[in-house]
Amino acid sequence: MKQDIILAGVGGQGILSIAYVIDNAALADGLFFKQAEVHGMAQRGGAVQSHMRLSDGTIWSDLIPKGEADMILSVEPLEALRYFDYLRPDGIVVTSSTPFRNIPDYPEIEKVMEAVRRAPRSVVVDSEKLAREAGTVKAQNIVLLGAAAAFLILREATLFQTIDTLFRGRGTSVLEANLKAFESGKKAALGS
Amino acid sequence: MSRQILLGDEAVALGAVHAGLSAGYSYPGTPASEIMEYLIHLAGENKAFKATWSVNEKVAYEEALGVSFAGKRALVSFKHVGLNVAADPFMNSAITGANGGLLVVSADDPGMHSSQNEQDSRYYVQFAQIFGYEPSDQQEAYEMTREAFDLSERFGLPVLMRLVTRLSHSRSPVETRDARPQNELKKGAAKDWILLPVNARRRFGLLLDRQAEMVRFSDESRFNVLKLNEGDRSFGVIASGVAYNYFREAEAGEASLPSFLKVSTYPLPEGLIRRLVGHVDTVLVVEDGYPFIERQLKGLFGIAGKTVLGKLSGTLPASGELSPDIVRRALGRGPLPALEASGLPLAARPPQLCVGCPHADTFKALNKALEGTSGSNVFSDIGCYTLGALPPYNAIHSCVCMGASIGMARGAADVGIRPAVSVIGDSTFAHSGITPLLGAAHADSDMTVIILDNATTAMTGGQPTYGSGERLLRLIEGLGVAKEHIRTIEPLPKHHDKNVQVIKDEIGHRGLSVIVAVRECVQEQRKRRS
Ligand code: SF4
Repeated sequence: MKQDIILAGVGGQGILSIAYVIDNAALADGLFFKQAEVHGMAQRGGAVQSHMRLSDGTIWSDLIPKGEADMILSVEPLEALRYFDYLRPDGIVVTSSTPFRNIPDYPEIEKVMEAVRRAPRSVVVDSEKLAREAGTVKAQNIVLLGAAAAFLILREATLFQTIDTLFRGRGTSVLEANLKAFESGKKAALGS
Repeated sequence: MSRQILLGDEAVALGAVHAGLSAGYSYPGTPASEIMEYLIHLAGENKAFKATWSVNEKVAYEEALGVSFAGKRALVSFKHVGLNVAADPFMNSAITGANGGLLVVSADDPGMHSSQNEQDSRYYVQFAQIFGYEPSDQQEAYEMTREAFDLSERFGLPVLMRLVTRLSHSRSPVETRDARPQNELKKGAAKDWILLPVNARRRFGLLLDRQAEMVRFSDESRFNVLKLNEGDRSFGVIASGVAYNYFREAEAGEASLPSFLKVSTYPLPEGLIRRLVGHVDTVLVVEDGYPFIERQLKGLFGIAGKTVLGKLSGTLPASGELSPDIVRRALGRGPLPALEASGLPLAARPPQLCVGCPHADTFKALNKALEGTSGSNVFSDIGCYTLGALPPYNAIHSCVCMGASIGMARGAADVGIRPAVSVIGDSTFAHSGITPLLGAAHADSDMTVIILDNATTAMTGGQPTYGSGERLLRLIEGLGVAKEHIRTIEPLPKHHDKNVQVIKDEIGHRGLSVIVAVRECVQEQRKRRS
């Protein structure tokens, strides 16, 4: 059993929190993992990605070879496209439809979404709307994690539990918003 | 035994603590910062050991050396170019030797994700003629760190560990073991530590005498793995560090592996290498960084009857970071089937200054003040403000190494560049800007230094800085800069016109002036408030 995931987004969008939840859930579920992430300069609003590899056997490379990724999980649609060549021909793209426009030449969003849907399997959620409804726009990353939950080889209960642990120390409203964000992401994915 | 999720950097920190560390020192720099971040976290409230951000890497090294002198175990960590700053004490510590175990961790950045060069720290291992480790995964980073302290005391020498970005910043579960207690205080002998020629010659002789033993230790190390394929003598692989993982990744699922040697320690395990090379006709050397192993293997004239492939032969690219895909290709395998790129031209998304960053306002004011001047040049330095090179600011014309902005501005001013402006952050100023400013103040060089005081080391995540606020102003005055030419501005949009005027005035002054732009980094402000 193995699963390779490219987590993508823009520096500051919280993909390291998604990674944190998956890492800890994997450990709890008895899986081995390697998860390479980006620190430093790119975190200042640049394109960031994390290679997340889960397996019940040996994992050699920290980086996913091109063509091996089972999933691209992106908090931003343009960023999802950046890693298409990592995806297996039958891989799945789970992405937000909310553009993060901090560059002057951001392509037309319709074209971006059209390109996303060219992937054989894609799940698109309006993370900004769902996160806001859940209580904070900051929880867009957790909305996406919820949207991906059904396709991960991790147990959903473990994911839920790990989100609980991660946000418990940050006050009840933050915790509740994130748990809600996870649930609404899950529901949105089923409907998409 | 317990299982923890650790970054490669964190595995080193925890390994050091479990090896009985008494003190660690560092200066922030990607990809090494997380070693000290985690050490500080581990030191926690009870501070069983010291974990300190130092003023710069040289100072960090000397602080660690003092710990070793006292018989205790010390860790000093930095990014690869930090070892350049610390090179003086580093090289000489190979002569004094280590009393308490001393581990130097230098994190290389192949591919220059966050650096100005790709230098390979393994050359420093060879340069100093000491022992070095190169882990391939987080577990090895932990194990090797523990062993390195024992080895340092056994050889009486500092030991270097080379990390690369990919391992430093990758997380994985690590099995850890019980901690060993710290050493007792036990001072070093003056005759070993006073490097007068008479002592240094004797000590250097001792260092040379230990070389053969180090090679033997390397040959016997459990971290170096030799597997010979008896059925195939045509081809073999020598791979080190994370490059070994890429080799195994490419071969995963194959019925049989080619002969291979995994190299994890330096000096090179000569016996193991001889056996591998003797067994096969063609050897592919896979290493992230410079062709360090490959060049030694080839020497000047190559090996008669053998073909050595690697970066020198062009089989692997000579620059940039290796990847599983690149190594796969070098092994003669085609690419895996993958989804086609979307076809949409993807706009690049480079890093940029945060919205509301004080540097943005300083650059806007500086650009305005320089408008209409001809021949001006802005020498910059290392930090978030290096992003002032990008549009919309296009505000700087150089960025070389920590502190270079001030020395370069002075040199340029000396030969007629005017206005010569230096832009440097408060942490970089404390690191390497004080000494060149002392010289420039003495000469009253015709230049303007702008110190961006945001009260933190921002680029690497907000570590403390030692020359900020009032202390910084007193320091500048103490260096001999004329009081009337030390000016302070607050880089905010509402002060734009006023700030432009201050900069214009000081650039107009035919002599040294220093402008301190004081406003806290917005990221730190946010952290403090949350
Ligand atoms: S981290 Fe601080 S100093 Fe760096 S760009 Fe952001 S606001 Fe500016």
